[in-house]
Amino acid sequence: MTTDSNAGHARIDATIASRREMSWAQSVTRTQPFWVAIAILFIGFVMMQVSDVFMTERNMFNVARNFAFFGIMALGMTAVICTAGIDLSVGSLMGLAGIVTGMVMQAGWGIGVGFLACMATAATVGLINGALIAYLRMAPFVVTLGMLAMARSIAMVASNNKMIYEFGPDQDILEWIGGASVLGVPNPIWVLAILTAVFWWAYNYSTWGRWVFAVGGNAQAARLAGIPVERVIVSVYVISSLTAGVAAFMMIGWFGSVTNALGQTYELNVIAASVIGGANLMGGVAYALGAPIGAALMELIRNSLLLAGIDALWQQFFVGLFLIIAVLLEQIRNRGRS
Amino acid sequence: MSVLQLRGVSKSFGAIQALTGVDLTVERGQALGLMGDNGAGKSTLMKIIAGNFAPTSGEIALDGVTVHFGRPIEARRLGVEIVYQDLALCDNLTAAGNVFLGRELKKRLGPIAWLDHAAMNTRAGELFAELKSETRPRDLVRQMSGGQRQAVAIARTRLSDPKIVLMDEPTAAISVRQIKEVLDLIHRLKETGHAVILVSHRMPDVFAVCDRVAVLRRGALVADKPIANSSPEEVTGLITGAIAAA
Repeated sequence: MTTDSNAGHARIDATIASRREMSWAQSVTRTQPFWVAIAILFIGFVMMQVSDVFMTERNMFNVARNFAFFGIMALGMTAVICTAGIDLSVGSLMGLAGIVTGMVMQAGWGIGVGFLACMATAATVGLINGALIAYLRMAPFVVTLGMLAMARSIAMVASNNKMIYEFGPDQDILEWIGGASVLGVPNPIWVLAILTAVFWWAYNYSTWGRWVFAVGGNAQAARLAGIPVERVIVSVYVISSLTAGVAAFMMIGWFGSVTNALGQTYELNVIAASVIGGANLMGGVAYALGAPIGAALMELIRNSLLLAGIDALWQQFFVGLFLIIAVLLEQIRNRGRS
Repeated sequence: MSVLQLRGVSKSFGAIQALTGVDLTVERGQALGLMGDNGAGKSTLMKIIAGNFAPTSGEIALDGVTVHFGRPIEARRLGVEIVYQDLALCDNLTAAGNVFLGRELKKRLGPIAWLDHAAMNTRAGELFAELKSETRPRDLVRQMSGGQRQAVAIARTRLSDPKIVLMDEPTAAISVRQIKEVLDLIHRLKETGHAVILVSHRMPDVFAVCDRVAVLRRGALVADKPIANSSPEEVTGLITGAIAAA
């Protein structure tokens, strides 16, 4: 080693040391979920001043339970969106999985078999979606749009267009799972919290999570690095379907009945929740915490409009509006970076 | 013994003869500049060495052992690393994440395994330090300069201490200052005993870092000689066909 190159080395070391990496706070404030959470607090604060009903335990309980179902499904959706995909079939799948669960339990099977039937239905739909997208290279939009129609249709055929409200011997357990609370917190919220923790861990600490982000960032590079890209893609659609299955299972317990219309148009809210929570439709960016936060913001807006006496017919308008605003904000922030 | 030896490698795609009987050897710590016009067969030759496809005829030997690659991952396992022209990086991951992509370091407790970010960042930091690159392991690749991105792609090849590193036009799309960084990186690879094959259109780069130059024209090797005995003018003549062979 010459003194010259040693000096060069020292200079580089000094330069690297002087340019500190982003602190924890800096990296958090750069994420979309953080700003959405701020917005939630702001809206909540305003609503506390404006409405007497808003902060009541009853209203909070309802808000929490309502957004939990969307939050659970949005978690699965973040994985799909992270691979630059989309899953439009989750709403219809809720109807199908719900009807299958209802029919199985109505026939006298227990809660365990009912749950397995629900999950198996969801996994099958996810596998079909994933296989068509990963191995036949079909556009996710087309495949899942087709599945949206097909799953709903099968649910209608299977249920013969009738409501199911008899769930056999374990009806009480089913209704407890979906409708009751533990320690004052609705069960769907517990499930959402646990699943959010699982997704957070998986995105940050599992090889699977790392690969999902790699596939979304640059699928070709991921393939060259030896990552089984096709299997990763199938896995995200299966997981998205499974979260829809969980949501359907809990929702029929809450309602105490199921029709084949369960989950109709939910795909819009679920996708909106994921995107508002920072998932980038171009792929490669997703936050586990973004799913519940995005879902919470939408429910909060819905609830606020209701309390403000605005016609409920306006609700979908605001869901759509916030979806567009979220994507617009994402684009503006990206422009600022590059 | 030569680290890489090609014996009579030919490749045809249907009626098109992309490569005809190429013989080539590369030694440890040596850089070979592979030159030729567009369509001369440079990329085809690189892809055969990297395992993207098999030669129609001929043999590849690594350290004297004949090898057959079905997929790039097999070539990598046997010590052939390639830096693709587009670098094949995931912009949304960190530098360390890219270096360890597909071979993540994990900690394990019973049935649960999780990514060992600390170890990966430390190791990636060491690799960047060895390359004397101002690249920080935790930075996102999206925010990096062209030179830093090259450093990430090159650091990745060093993870497994490969026998040979293939570089496809590493200086094609970056600024002059960054070109110097990349050429320094190639010098560093040679110093640490790696063989390098550099495919480039840029004559000055090849003459700056390579020990030998090989020229392909219409799928055939028309020259393979020490760079000291050649000149940019001669190589240009060989590429265009003004000089038949050397």
